[in-house]
Amino acid sequence: MTTTTTPAPPATPTPAAPRRPRRDITPASVTGRAVRYALLLFFLIVVLMPAYVLLVTSFKSGSEIGVTGQWNLPQRWTTASWVKAWDALGPSFVRTFQLAVPVALISSFIGAANGFVLSRWRFPGADAVFTLILFGMFIPYQAVMIPLREIVTTIGVPPGIPTLTLVHVIYGIPICTLIFRNYYATTVPEEIIEAGRVDGAGLLRTFAWIILPVSMPGFVVTVIWQFTSAWNDYLFAIFLSNTRNGPITIALNALAGAQSPDYAASMAGALITSLPTLFVYVVLGRWFIGGLMAGSVKS
Amino acid sequence: MRFTRRAAIAAVGVAALLSAAACGGGDGGGSSTKDVEVFTWWADGGEKAGLDGLVAQFGTACADYTFVNGAVAGGAGANAKQVLASRLQQNDPPDTFQAHAGAELSDYIKAGQVEDLSAQYGEWGLNNAFPKGLIDNLTVDGKIYSVPANIHRANVLWSNKTVLTQAGITKDPASLAEFFTTLDALKAKGVATPLALGKDWTQLMLLETVLISDLGPDKFTGLWNGSTDWAGADVTKAIDDFTKLLGYTNKDRDSLDWTDAEKLVMDGKAAYQLMGDWEAADLDTKGFKDYGYAVFPGNGDTFQWLADSFVLPKNAKNPDGTKCWLKTVGSAEGQKAFNTKKGSIPARTDANPGDYPQYQQTAIADWKTAQQVPSCAHGSACSQGFQGAANSALGKFSSDLDTAALQKALATAASQFAKTN
Amino acid sequence: MGKRIKRWGPGLLLISPSLVVLAVFVYGLIAWTVKVSMSDEHDALGSKGFVGLKNYTDLFTNDINDRFTHSLKNLLIFTVVFVVGTMVLGLLWAFLLDRGVRAEGVFRTVYLFPMAVSFVASGVVWRWLMNSNTGDDAGGLNWIFGELHLGFLQNSWWTNPDWGMAAMAMPAIWQLSGYVMALFLAGFRGIPQELREAAVMDGTSTFQLYRHVIFPQLTPVALSALIIVGHMSMKMFDLIMSVSGAQWLTEVPAVYVWQALLTSDYAKAAAIAVLLLLFVAVLIVPYLVHTTRAERRS
Repeated sequence: MTTTTTPAPPATPTPAAPRRPRRDITPASVTGRAVRYALLLFFLIVVLMPAYVLLVTSFKSGSEIGVTGQWNLPQRWTTASWVKAWDALGPSFVRTFQLAVPVALISSFIGAANGFVLSRWRFPGADAVFTLILFGMFIPYQAVMIPLREIVTTIGVPPGIPTLTLVHVIYGIPICTLIFRNYYATTVPEEIIEAGRVDGAGLLRTFAWIILPVSMPGFVVTVIWQFTSAWNDYLFAIFLSNTRNGPITIALNALAGAQSPDYAASMAGALITSLPTLFVYVVLGRWFIGGLMAGSVKS
Repeated sequence: MRFTRRAAIAAVGVAALLSAAACGGGDGGGSSTKDVEVFTWWADGGEKAGLDGLVAQFGTACADYTFVNGAVAGGAGANAKQVLASRLQQNDPPDTFQAHAGAELSDYIKAGQVEDLSAQYGEWGLNNAFPKGLIDNLTVDGKIYSVPANIHRANVLWSNKTVLTQAGITKDPASLAEFFTTLDALKAKGVATPLALGKDWTQLMLLETVLISDLGPDKFTGLWNGSTDWAGADVTKAIDDFTKLLGYTNKDRDSLDWTDAEKLVMDGKAAYQLMGDWEAADLDTKGFKDYGYAVFPGNGDTFQWLADSFVLPKNAKNPDGTKCWLKTVGSAEGQKAFNTKKGSIPARTDANPGDYPQYQQTAIADWKTAQQVPSCAHGSACSQGFQGAANSALGKFSSDLDTAALQKALATAASQFAKTN
Repeated sequence: MGKRIKRWGPGLLLISPSLVVLAVFVYGLIAWTVKVSMSDEHDALGSKGFVGLKNYTDLFTNDINDRFTHSLKNLLIFTVVFVVGTMVLGLLWAFLLDRGVRAEGVFRTVYLFPMAVSFVASGVVWRWLMNSNTGDDAGGLNWIFGELHLGFLQNSWWTNPDWGMAAMAMPAIWQLSGYVMALFLAGFRGIPQELREAAVMDGTSTFQLYRHVIFPQLTPVALSALIIVGHMSMKMFDLIMSVSGAQWLTEVPAVYVWQALLTSDYAKAAAIAVLLLLFVAVLIVPYLVHTTRAERRS
C-alpha cells in the first residue's frame, strides 16, 4: 500500500512515542529539551488564548464586558449570560442533535457498505467509480446550492432538519466511503473474504458476520467526523434553513450577529455551541485513534 | 439470485431509515392554522420594542390567532433577505414579511411572490388613510400589494450634546461648508472622531445625504430613475465632499455596525452620526438622553423617506391570519402601538402628534410640508441589485479613496440597474 | 460471463443507491448550475435565455470595480498564508512531539481542540482578538502586543486594505494546524523504528536523520495535508461571514456567490460557483488520478 490520500479525520494519532535508545545527557541535549518544552508551552498558551477570552467574558456582566479589558478576569462572576444564551439556543441545540445523530449513523452505515464493496467485493471499474465518488468530497457546495434548494422542494422534503439530514447524508457518502474503504483494505485480509466465499457465504452474510464485527474503529472515525461536520455546518444551514427550524450555528449567528449583540451572551453561546463537539473530541478521541491509524495515513 | 433480493431489501431499508429520520425532526417545520409567522429583521433594540407593541395590539384585535416571531437578526437585514429569498424559492413563505416600499417591493411584485391587496384596502377603508405619494410606491399596474406600517426619515444628523457644548458649538450647521468648519473645531478641541461612521450601507446613507446637499432634491431623485447623469461634475463634487467627510470619521469604520458607531456618540468619543430616525428609539431604549438631532447639513427641508410595509405572500399557510395581521398594521391603533416605540412616524395621516415623543412630533410636521426623496440604502430608491453594487463600490472606496473609480462604478451600476426599475 | 456477474453483481447492486444519489446530487446538480451560469437569469423574474459564456467573460472583463478579480486576489493571499501557516505549524508541532515529551496527550489534545469548534463559534471571539484599535483603546491581540512592549506589532488586522486577508487567515490557522499536526504525527509514527535505529547506528546526526530519512518518508502525508487544507481554503465562507460579514474588504468568491444570490442574480452566482469548482478541480483531479495510479501500482 502506498500512502494513500486521506483526509484523515481529525484525530489524536495513537501510539506513544517510540522509546529510543537512551543517550548520554549532554549540555546540548538539555538545552534542546528546554527549548522544545518552551516552544510547546508557548504554543499551548497561544492556542488557548481565544478559549480564555470566551470563558472569562461569558461570566462577566455590565460594563465589565468590552473589547478593552477583555483579558481581565471578571470582578463579579455571574452565570446570567449563560442562562440568556441557553434561552436563545436551547431549541436549536435539541434540533441539532436530531440532525447530527441520524446523519452520523446513516452515513456511517452507507459508508461501511460502500467501502466494503469497493475494497473487498470489487467489480470491474471499481477504482474509477471510487475516484468519481471521491470527487464529491472536494466540491465547493456553492456549485450545487442553487439547484439544490429547488430539488429538495420538488422531492417534497420538509424544510429545516429533514432537508439538512438528507443533504448531509448525501454529501457525507464520499468521505465515509473513503474512510471505510481504506480501513477494510488495510485491516481485513482478502483471504478471509475468499475463505468465506469458498464456504458459500454471500455478500450480505460476509458483510454482516465478517466485516461489521471488526468495523468498530472505522465507525468511530466516521461517526465523529459526520457528527462534527453536521453540527458545525453553516453553509447548508444558512441556505436551507432558518432560525425557526435550523441548527445551532444559525441560532448562534443570530445571537452574535445582532445589531447590538450582547457580547457576554454571544460568548456563552459560542461555548454552548462548541460543547458537544469538544466532548466528542476530547473524550472519545482515544477510541478514534486506532481507526484513524488503520484507515487513513498508512505507509 | 437471493443475494440480489437481499441487497434490494437492504437498499429499501436504508431508504426507510432515511425517511424515518426525516420524519423524526419534522416538528420544527409544522405550524397550526392559528399561527401567524411574521418575518422581519427587527430582533433587538427600538425595532424589537416597536414589533412588541404591534404584537400586543395584534393579540387584542386578533385573539383567534397566535403571533410567531420569525425575526432573523444580523447584517442590517442582509441575513434576513437571504433567508427570505431561500424560503420563497423553496415555496415555504412566512405568513407575512417586511418589505421596503418602492423599488425593493417592486422586485417581489414583479417576481409574482406577493398577493394583490386592493380588495382589502377597500374593505378596511385604507385607500384614503395613507398619503397618495406613498400609495403610489406600493402600487404596480393599479394594484396595491402591501400595507405600510410607518415612515422613517433617513437624513438625520444625531449628536452628543455634551460633546458639542464642551467644544463651544451652539448651533446646528446649516450647510456642508458650515459642517466642515464645525468638524474642524471639534477636531481642534481634541474630539478624536468628530463624525462616527459604520460599514457599507451606512456609508451609502452618508453619500446619499451629501448628494442631496450638492445636487438638490430633484436632481437627486433623478439619479435613481435615470434622468440625472452619475458621471456629471456635480456628482464629482459631491464625491469629493464625501471623501473630505470620511477624513473626520473613525478609522475602524469598516468593522462597525451602525449601533457600534452610535455607541461612539453615546460614549462621547464622537460628536455626530448620520443615521435614520430609528436611532431616536434606540437611544431611548438604551437610556441615553443627551442627544440632539437636526436635518443633515445642506439638505434644507428635504425628507428622505423609507417605509416598512407588510405583504401577503403567495402560498402563505394562514392567509386569514395574515389578513388580520395586515389589518392591525394598517389600523390607527396598530400604527400608534408600533410607531411610538420604533421611533418612526405613522404612515396614516390621521394620527395625533400628541401621542408621540418629541422627536417624532417634529418629523410628523416635516413629513407634511417637506420635499420627499427616496433612499437607495433602504430600498425605496433602487433595486436590490443596485443596492448591492453600490454597497460594494463604497466598501472599496472606504479602503482606497479612489474617487474616480467610485463615480465610474456608480455610473455603471446605474446603467445596469436603473432602467430595469 | 454469468458466473462473473454473479460474483460481482451483488456488490454493484449494494453500492448502486449511493451511485445514483451522487450522480444526481453531485454531477447532476453541477450540470444544472452550469446551465444556470450560461443563462441570463439575473433577477427573480428568471428570464431563461442562453447567453453562452458571457457571464464568465463579464466576471473578468466587465465586473464593476473588477470585483471578481479582487475576490480572487483576496483568496490567493488568504490561501497562501493559511496553507503555509498550517503546514509550518503542524509540522513543527509534530516534530516537537515526535521526539517524545511528557504529557504528550495534553499537548496533542489542546493543539487539536480548535478543530472541534465551528468557525461560527470561533468567529465570535476572533472578532474581538483582531480588534483594530491601538494605543489606549487597544483590546485583544493589540493589547497584548502593547503590554509586551511590542507596540510595533499592533496593526489593523483584517481591515487593512492590502494585507487584511493575511490576518483573516489567522483564525483558520488556529483552527487547522492541530489537524495537520495529527497527520504529520501519524506519518512520523508510521516510519518503521528500524529505519531510525539503523541510521543512528551508522552515526548519522539528528539533523541528517530528519533530512535524509524521515522527511522524505513524509512527502505523501504532506501532499495529503496540502490538498485538504488547500481545498478548504478555496471554499472558505463561514469564517469570513462571522468575522467581518460580507463586505468588499474581505470578499472571496464563496462570499461573492452569497452576495449575488442576495440580489437574486442567479446567473452570476452560478458562474462564480462553477469557476470556484474549476479551481478546486485543477487542484484535486491530478491528485486523485495520481493517487489511483500509485495505488494500482502497489
